Amino acid sequence: MPLLEVEDLITHYYTEAGSVKAADGVSFTVEKGESIGIAGESGCGKTTVAMSIMRLIKGGAVVGGKIRLGELSLLDMPMDDFRKVRWERISLISQAAMGALNPVYTVGAQIVEAIKIHRDCSNKEAWDRARELMAQVKMDPTRAKSFPHELSGGMRQRVMIAMALACDPDLVIADEPTTALDVVTQVQVLRLLIDLQKRLGLSLIYISHELSVLGQACDRIIIMYAGKIVEMGATAEIFTSPMHPYTQKLLSSSMDIHSEIIIPESIPGKPPDLLNPPEGCRFWPRCLVRQNSCEKREPKLVLAAPGHYVACSKLSGDSKED
Amino acid sequence: MEDAYFKVENLVKYFALKKRGQFFGRRIHVHAVDDITFNVEKGKTYGVVGESGCGKTTLARLIMHLEKATSGKMLFKGEDITKYNRSQMKALRLKMQMIFQDPFGALNPVRSILNIIAEPIRVHSLYQGSKEEERDKVREMLEKVGLPITEEMLQKRPNELSGGERQRVGIARALILGPEFIVADEPVSMLDASIRADIISLIMKLKAENDLTYFFITHEFGVARAICDRIAVMYSGKLVEVANALQIVDHPTHPYTQLLIDAIPPLIPDPKWGTNIDIEGEVPYFTEPPPGCRFHLRCPYIMDICKESEPILKEVGSKGHFVACHLR
Repeated sequence: MPLLEVEDLITHYYTEAGSVKAADGVSFTVEKGESIGIAGESGCGKTTVAMSIMRLIKGGAVVGGKIRLGELSLLDMPMDDFRKVRWERISLISQAAMGALNPVYTVGAQIVEAIKIHRDCSNKEAWDRARELMAQVKMDPTRAKSFPHELSGGMRQRVMIAMALACDPDLVIADEPTTALDVVTQVQVLRLLIDLQKRLGLSLIYISHELSVLGQACDRIIIMYAGKIVEMGATAEIFTSPMHPYTQKLLSSSMDIHSEIIIPESIPGKPPDLLNPPEGCRFWPRCLVRQNSCEKREPKLVLAAPGHYVACSKLSGDSKED
Repeated sequence: MEDAYFKVENLVKYFALKKRGQFFGRRIHVHAVDDITFNVEKGKTYGVVGESGCGKTTLARLIMHLEKATSGKMLFKGEDITKYNRSQMKALRLKMQMIFQDPFGALNPVRSILNIIAEPIRVHSLYQGSKEEERDKVREMLEKVGLPITEEMLQKRPNELSGGERQRVGIARALILGPEFIVADEPVSMLDASIRADIISLIMKLKAENDLTYFFITHEFGVARAICDRIAVMYSGKLVEVANALQIVDHPTHPYTQLLIDAIPPLIPDPKWGTNIDIEGEVPYFTEPPPGCRFHLRCPYIMDICKESEPILKEVGSKGHFVACHLR
């Protein structure tokens, strides 16, 4: 049985102009000890999926679907019970570590607070655990006395990781954890996350718009476009034989220092307005291999090769050229 | 090098730091930019690559006179602009403009796109205040940067635009006075890959169309390779390597440049990637730089001399490739 099961998740944000269908029928599973990446452009719904799992959606609501963690049905639980799941079983590392940390407490005190909220333990035990966590994220324990502004971006992100690990969660959701960091710091934090994930047997959902980063960190990759999953498969498959035209474009628009191509090609057009998403395939206005039927018929995510799912009429064969 | 277009000589910027618990006593300074010299050739793009804290943004701000230099000189077309006062700088901004990293932070959220793009015209009292000419000019700029030329666009607020569109607005605003020298501070680093490629193409197109010269700051080597003719790598206030773009990417010579390039994740996953990178090191802020090479604390090839004497930039191997390292 998978650790986490997301089934037909639908999340809307409410605006004056109407509801934005930010996640529209998203289904996937995460196995125990597996790391799965979610990629896509800004606004594709990848963060919405993470926030839906954490029940932290603001200005909107999950309007449909199920999220199961083992036996627990997360969306149906009373909020008070869910608070025990959050942090103790699922924790979140967000992009903006500076915004997530309290500027007036030392980082050590904040890690201790995270431990004490969830664990019944003495101050001394909590501090011991905090130091152990800091060692795990390769931080000098003397830094426990530092305030967030005294630390570099990479160090702050390590504090966030330490806090996320404080209660031995089963699943860690990392939302663009290295995006705001420099290249060298990015490698350091990324390698740290990969090592911890393997060593502690964690499940990891890693969200990033950079495919190259996901390629290093994840066993499987989900590609999202305009609120839907368009492709899902093993990392190597996604990189070597991407099937969906959008995935192919996403790969060719990525900067690759080792490639002969100096300026990568861009994807013409822009994602659809999710207030009124077009019927049919959401990518067709930008798709170079579209068929007439793509405008009308919405492709389903189907198994195209072992473990490799794709939502494209052209590939899944449910289109008849007319 | 006698008629360099933009020249920086021995530029230094120290920031005074107040240390906690030391009310009296010696002033401590952060050496943000420490004795930097370089030339930007007309019509070329000179890039500076480095991690946050290396001083690259301070360097850009010094050039734009948003910070005052501690010492050193800056010459624009042979004229010393280092000591320019406000009104001289205002006049110079007709020729020199800046594009910022965060298009949202740089744009006033309550003003319309029309007002944002037209502001430099108003500041410089051009077109005798003719609203009609001003509007025409803004429309022309919208077209140049690839935004729709509609009344709807002119009346939008920054929060109604996507990241890529905002950066286009930032570029339109920087170019509306018809400058020839553009200082760009990480203009594409907050954008998605596909939009980034678009903006890079736009920056290149505008350069060719308007005969621009760029001074370009980035932390990404891929972006620098795409845009720059020459690339300088900056570490802790110093330039450690300078060469032509393709040369430096294909043959990085300073251990720090090698580290920066090794740290870029390859597009095709490689399980060995990153395993040779030291997990602890960070760019230090030096209030008292250590003797010797500033990189020696992190350098995998450290020798005794590195702790004692500071290496200077010298030409190695191919022409125009400068490295400050005792190994070479």
